[in-house]
Amino acid sequence: MGKKLKITINGEAVEIVKGTSILEAARQAGIIIPTLCYHKDLCVSGNCRVCVVELAGQKRLSPACATPCEEGMEVLTNSYKVRNSRKHIIELLLSEHNAECTSCYKNGNCELQSLASEYKIMNQDFIHLVPFHNYTIDMFSPSIIKDDSKCIRCQRCVRTCAELQGVNALTMAYKGEHAKITTFFEKAMNDVVCTNCGQCINHCPTGALVEKNYIEEVWTAIADKNKHVVIQTAPAVRVGLGEEMGLDPGTRVTGKMVASLKRLGFDAVMDTDFTADLTIMEEGTELLTRLKQALVDKDPNVKLPMATSCSPGWIKFIEHMYPEYLGHLSTCKSPQQMFGALVKTYYAKARNLDPDKIVSVSVMPCTAKKFEAARPEMHDSGYRDVDYVLTTRELAIMIKQAGIDFMRLEDAHFDRLMGESTGAAVIFGSTGGVMEAALRTAYELVTGREVPFENLNITAVRGIEGIREASIKIENPLKEWSFLEGVQLKCAVAHGLVNAKSVMDSIVSGAADYHFIEFMACPGGCLGGGGQPIPTNPEIRAKRAAAIYAEDSGMPLRKSHENPEVAKIYKDFLFSPLGEKSHKLLHTKYTARKRR
Amino acid sequence: MKPIIELIKELADIHGRERHNLLPILQGVVEQERYLSEYSMIEIARELDIPATEVYGTATFYSFLDYKKMGRYIIRVCKTITCSMKGEKQILLAIEDMLKIKIGETTPDGLFSLLQTNCLGLCHKAPAMLINNDVYTDLTPERIREILTSYINRKEEGGSDVN
Amino acid sequence: MSTSYQLKRADFIFKNENDWEEVLSKSISRPAHELINELISSELKGRGGAGFPTGLKWKVSAEDTSDVKYVICNADEGEPGTFKDREILSMVPFKVLTAIAICGYVTGAKEGYIYLRGEYHFLKPELNKAIKEFEYYCKEIKFDFSIKIFMGSGAYICGEETALFESMEGKRGEPRNKPPYPTTFGYMGKPTVINNVETLAHTYTIFKYGSKRFYDLGVQYSRGSKLFSVSGDTPKPGIYELELGMSLADFVEEFGDDDTKAVQVGGASGFLVPRKRFAETNIGFQGKLVGISLPTGGSMMLFNSSRSMFNVLDNYLNFFAEESCGQCTPCRVGCQQLLRGIKAVKRGEKNAQYLDKMLQLAETMQYTAKCGLGQSVANSFSSIVENFREEMIY
Repeated sequence: MGKKLKITINGEAVEIVKGTSILEAARQAGIIIPTLCYHKDLCVSGNCRVCVVELAGQKRLSPACATPCEEGMEVLTNSYKVRNSRKHIIELLLSEHNAECTSCYKNGNCELQSLASEYKIMNQDFIHLVPFHNYTIDMFSPSIIKDDSKCIRCQRCVRTCAELQGVNALTMAYKGEHAKITTFFEKAMNDVVCTNCGQCINHCPTGALVEKNYIEEVWTAIADKNKHVVIQTAPAVRVGLGEEMGLDPGTRVTGKMVASLKRLGFDAVMDTDFTADLTIMEEGTELLTRLKQALVDKDPNVKLPMATSCSPGWIKFIEHMYPEYLGHLSTCKSPQQMFGALVKTYYAKARNLDPDKIVSVSVMPCTAKKFEAARPEMHDSGYRDVDYVLTTRELAIMIKQAGIDFMRLEDAHFDRLMGESTGAAVIFGSTGGVMEAALRTAYELVTGREVPFENLNITAVRGIEGIREASIKIENPLKEWSFLEGVQLKCAVAHGLVNAKSVMDSIVSGAADYHFIEFMACPGGCLGGGGQPIPTNPEIRAKRAAAIYAEDSGMPLRKSHENPEVAKIYKDFLFSPLGEKSHKLLHTKYTARKRR
Repeated sequence: MKPIIELIKELADIHGRERHNLLPILQGVVEQERYLSEYSMIEIARELDIPATEVYGTATFYSFLDYKKMGRYIIRVCKTITCSMKGEKQILLAIEDMLKIKIGETTPDGLFSLLQTNCLGLCHKAPAMLINNDVYTDLTPERIREILTSYINRKEEGGSDVN
Repeated sequence: MSTSYQLKRADFIFKNENDWEEVLSKSISRPAHELINELISSELKGRGGAGFPTGLKWKVSAEDTSDVKYVICNADEGEPGTFKDREILSMVPFKVLTAIAICGYVTGAKEGYIYLRGEYHFLKPELNKAIKEFEYYCKEIKFDFSIKIFMGSGAYICGEETALFESMEGKRGEPRNKPPYPTTFGYMGKPTVINNVETLAHTYTIFKYGSKRFYDLGVQYSRGSKLFSVSGDTPKPGIYELELGMSLADFVEEFGDDDTKAVQVGGASGFLVPRKRFAETNIGFQGKLVGISLPTGGSMMLFNSSRSMFNVLDNYLNFFAEESCGQCTPCRVGCQQLLRGIKAVKRGEKNAQYLDKMLQLAETMQYTAKCGLGQSVANSFSSIVENFREEMIY
């Protein structure tokens, strides 16, 4: 620990570690200073000036977020001057903001709105500036809506896109009164390097960046008696949805989520976890096949390391940034798209339904999934495989609209056929989860023994560090895998695209010698996805992760290959991993894109 | 006129390929091209291995780094206080009248673009303007006609367009 | 200070002495602390407008143990009504180069930069020639120091020192949070002394003649001479070197056209002084002077009775609304509000009391803006609105 400093805040003595900001010191002392441009995930920018405080002996106010404490500092967070200035700043922000709150998607979950309410800005004297700017709403992306008239230039999205994601789809452009957040040459979001990850949405304090929602479309489908509406739920939704319902972060609501979906009127509620388990079977087999091609056949064209392909934000990222490395991606579709392809084939057949009448909906912690579902190649069932993608937030809106008292719901179970899952599938929702699930199955497939870790918990691949490495030595494999004897299987896990970028750079430079890498676009993996409840921050992600791993350890089945419904689908329909049907329905190809 | 890719490579060789070399490279391209096209910015981004969006965000911050196609001669008339007091409007009118373009426009032959600019630091000789990097002070509508005529004649003589 | 203080001309900066080689070699043979003390006892304060003691700036940077340091000459002279730096760089470039190099010697920096505003591109060829000659001499006397020109590209805010660093680092010229300050964390995160062109030129005088010669000029708290850029309604616009501490009345007596209604001291970010306050206003840094003392980067703009103060303010606010970097709320939105606000009052769309709300807003901008630009908009806004309220309304 560093040196201690003594300061006073509003007259009260506070002792803090040197280097602490005034904002942090105040929070430690139980004093709340409002912020807007500040976010725990991001570097301090100090540009909104909402957090200004008065320092004794100084005429000017200081931003609490960007000012480090100094010995003897006397801080006032609620003086006459501070309150007046803060109020002015909020008024200024409102004056450049399209404050039509009642018609705003973020109404009720907007930091600017809360501040305005807190400071009771009753009379808007300042001139409304929005009409002076020629704003447009960008609705071209299937995932993201960008409405500049609601932007307050806090640059949280810009910092998110650069610092967390290394994508830089967004930038501050121009200066002065014309300063705005935009893309390269003000192109539409679907026409630039944007990965649709939605982290900008999750970090936006206002309604300037929101997901494109499909709530009305889904309600319409549910209301249509001729349609059979199926919903699948991603693993991370069950550890996030509770927050939208007023529960503490990290509360698991799997059973209530299923019950509420049934009440909403979905004809079948099934689980993306099922196809997560299926992904492990396909992807694990693919990895072992590639290893064999490399080690036994000495095939120079085989691409190793193999990279996971479940995260559509990551997929679009590599398509833009490293198009020459697309061969390293597993050809497996994401669990969502596997599910979609099977719903209109396998499920339709088993239930004797006309696939044309099936509406396939998913609820995801993700906005990139909306783009993924809309990719032209995702029609392998003969129909659009996934018709509508809802985020965790959209589902919460529907539950509230339906008047469901979430807390009083009895837990319900997923419907059969594609509703069974294992703990291995649940942990897909966390960074490291796909890797852990894959190792649990692949190791056992190869050696006939369980992975040599206590309770199957491969803790080396868990955690929050942006890039983690692990290796596992294969000893005494089964006869057919004897070529793997003594092989150190080297793995890496990266989450947050900025980390994905540095792993990719090490592959490009030849410094990395991994066999298998898990890439997740969002910090923390899907549990920190762009479609998850707002706010999402490091503490909340940690709680959601704890919930995911608790869910896993509470499951009777923990390994994908033990999922009985997975066994059944191979027996009845797919016949074998990487088989002909799998190839048609569960695997895909990628598109090289431009880097801008 | 060099092909843009060649020019960018050459500028990067001279100034370096680090982020802090960005401005001189942008300036070098503008010096030849008079503006930064989408293509130029993408190539600069590639050469420096930085995001194209960053190049765009940076370039648009600076008034002299135009990102829309400009004429060969960019006229920037100072509009700040002293020049405004000393007849900047008449100067603008004289230019508009002679070139038949408004502020922000380029003549159809691509020779002149007319812009306004903030204080040029020539207040004691107001009104003042720049044509590309050259300074013109103590302007009157008559002088404007002379100056612009000399530029037009340069073109007719097929003379050098680098000043 | 009494109002009878006479205007005193000085002639140091532009005196063509052609002895820079001698000043350089003599200075770098003296111990660094001696040169710092010389500067400190001269009481030279920054001539860019902010008035930070130059000796102290050099001292802090000199004391830093970093092995890489920089000296930057701020020639991003963008303040409306200021044009002295341009003249210095074209008339006596070697004085500035010498001062940069001496600063390098004192602080331990091996590299100097001149951040030259894009508008002054026409100075570049001659200045580069001078640098070549200068560096040749440095090599000759085995003094390891290089100077480069870094061109700006049309952004007033880059005159703000941290915005200037950002710009030199290839980024948008957005001012940084302070602390940390440039002397410890400047260009490329290294200790950096950044001085205005004129400040550096004065250090040349001080190193050549000794601090006393400089200190003896001016008045208490405002020592030395200063270049004034005189423009507007004056029969003799131009650049004048005057001792600090003069009264504005004397200045107007000398430079006015007998009809001077007001003088803008310090450019658009400075103060407007109406005729009735000329006598009690002194030009210098805040101190124990009687009456009002106004610091200035040297911009003196005179307005006679034919000028509408509304138009003047409108012009300034347009300038600020465009030249604000746009990152912080009070400056980005505040400037737009003030600009649109005075127009609304003038047109009768807002009542006259709205001016008071805007005066309060200007005060908030002064307290909360991230950098000097936003903080100083209040200077001209308040001084014009308070002194010429009727002109804002009718």
